[in-house]
Amino acid sequence: MPKDAVNSDSRNSDFDDLLNLPDEDGHFGPYGGCFAAETLMAPIDELREAYEHYRNDPDFMAEIDADFNQFVGRPSPLYHAERWSKDIGGAQIYFKREDLNHTGAHKINNAVGQALLAKRMGKTRVIAETGAGQHGVATATVCARMGLDCVVYMGSEDIKRQMINVFRMRLLGAEVVAVESGSKTLKDALNEAMRDWVTNVDDTFYIIGTVAGPHPYPAMVRDFQSIIGREARAQALAQTGKLPAALVACVGGGSNAMGLFYPFIGDHDVELIGVEAAGDGLETGRHAAPLNCGRPGVLHGNRTYLMETDSGQIIETHSVSAGLDYPGVGPEHAWLKDCGRAEYAAATDIEALDAFHEVTRTEGIMPALETSHALAHVKKIACNYGKDAMIIVSLSGRGDKDIHTVAAHEGIEI
Amino acid sequence: MSRISTCFADLAKANRQALIPFVTAGDPEPGITVTLMHAMVKAGADIIELGVPFSDPMADGPVIQRASERALAHNVSLYDVLGMVKSFRETNNETPVVLMGYLNPVEAMGYEAFAENAANAGVDGVLTVDMPPEEAKDLVAALKGKDIDPIFLVAPTSNAGRIARINALASGFIYYVSLKGVTGAANLDIDSVKAKLAEIRGISQLPLGVGFGVREPADAANLASIADGVIVGSTLVKIVEENADQPDKIPGIIGETLSKFRHAMDNAA
Repeated sequence: MPKDAVNSDSRNSDFDDLLNLPDEDGHFGPYGGCFAAETLMAPIDELREAYEHYRNDPDFMAEIDADFNQFVGRPSPLYHAERWSKDIGGAQIYFKREDLNHTGAHKINNAVGQALLAKRMGKTRVIAETGAGQHGVATATVCARMGLDCVVYMGSEDIKRQMINVFRMRLLGAEVVAVESGSKTLKDALNEAMRDWVTNVDDTFYIIGTVAGPHPYPAMVRDFQSIIGREARAQALAQTGKLPAALVACVGGGSNAMGLFYPFIGDHDVELIGVEAAGDGLETGRHAAPLNCGRPGVLHGNRTYLMETDSGQIIETHSVSAGLDYPGVGPEHAWLKDCGRAEYAAATDIEALDAFHEVTRTEGIMPALETSHALAHVKKIACNYGKDAMIIVSLSGRGDKDIHTVAAHEGIEI
Repeated sequence: MSRISTCFADLAKANRQALIPFVTAGDPEPGITVTLMHAMVKAGADIIELGVPFSDPMADGPVIQRASERALAHNVSLYDVLGMVKSFRETNNETPVVLMGYLNPVEAMGYEAFAENAANAGVDGVLTVDMPPEEAKDLVAALKGKDIDPIFLVAPTSNAGRIARINALASGFIYYVSLKGVTGAANLDIDSVKAKLAEIRGISQLPLGVGFGVREPADAANLASIADGVIVGSTLVKIVEENADQPDKIPGIIGETLSKFRHAMDNAA
């Protein structure tokens, strides 16, 4: 039987306690927290106090809203993908168009918020880690706009996969540092950024790009990204008079998913579905799906699900999409999974590439390969819903940056 | 009294300071570590700090990071490291051994199981770099239940409140990080270390070891005049790296180097 779309006044209190998380020490149930070396605790405390102060400062929040509106181009549209909905059959699919933001992805929402906070705190130098390069580009962009020095750490493997974004960052005046340690990908870039921060605590602000890291990062990044869900919720009601049956978003660290999910957590009947990268397939072990196949551990400042060996060493991950290629996941997702408020599926490289092509051809929208994982899952589940039900997908980024990867998969050199 | 407390008490009576070398267990290969530990004791080490290899050593510089990578290439696990301590204890029952590493391998083993296994192996202290006092309650309880000293870092940026919080949980000694940076950095400033040690002594009765950035015997001698112990890490690990292709020579070369640190410290006052 098709699942019916829910009524707009169905806000339910069952999961309302989830809206009050994290606790004051940054915990989401057993996850999250602040697992950082003592050398980092002072700057983390300073950041926590500053964020606590400014999030309650109407002047600061108005400054963010103005930049969202005039620099980022918000609100982003909620677009009815009519032809694709018809093709796959079942629910009506709507795209929350974060790909239309300045710099082409949701990452800019968080970069604007943290860079404005950095300025308020009197910091003159910004560092960031990046995987696919989207967060690095977003950070370099806001630093150019605000006159802040910017250093971006990026794994040398990712640099090879994302040369265009590397060049964009350099054009924007950022220094891009190649990280040669470990697996030479996102997690190693994060390690290196932490080392920089320890060394330059006085003048440096570390803009973490996802809902992970030591408290207050997971909550702060979620708050800045929640504009996605707040807009989507209001747009759904305005455009269709009802709330969606389900939200679907890709999950690497999980910032676009958390931003979309959070304002709907109290809407008990709205399903929250995150989609991890299954790489070559979950059964092969070559993937980046800690919520599906990992177990809880501590990495990069928080307790969460990790891809690790039996003896607690972090495993190298695999995904066609550099932005999902991370062995951990935001701690709030770990808790949403455990307490049953959200579910987490996975899509393989091939499924994501198929969805990439389909949506590009039927909707004239070229999604990022990260986003394509969410789209691949929508293809699988849309038929479980009636025609009147609505599914909102976070169209988290545009796919221009990925055309070399897509071409290479088809044996084409460009 | 724990081996660590006894060690510092005896040294204090003799007006000497602890020389605490750090090496990563299993670097460059697991077979050499126990021999190296004995060689360091012979060269004058009072306490041995043994690094537990981790894939993502965020607070360490490139030298110790590469040491982890070399050990992990041999799949050296926390179980293996405990095995090394156990085998060291077969002929040495006096020298305290402190494990230094990151929390995740301990999480994977489980706090209670780790504390029990570590106690059985003869471990005296445990320093988990990415576990500040805020998150330490459960592991500290497990360790203290087995008479193992939880060792904590204090940084130049730690304020009085944090130092007090750390002091409330720590035993054995406090590890003062001499600089803002990662292990192996080069900006040691004795005067600022001296000022901070005085502040810590106003809050804590525990012996103070100083590490990060101790490169030359002269650095160790300077620190010995103001601290209770000196930790030498990256300098030794670099020697291990330079001789990674001939591991049998490493205990001898490290022993020689360490003797120079010992000599400089003993002739400092």
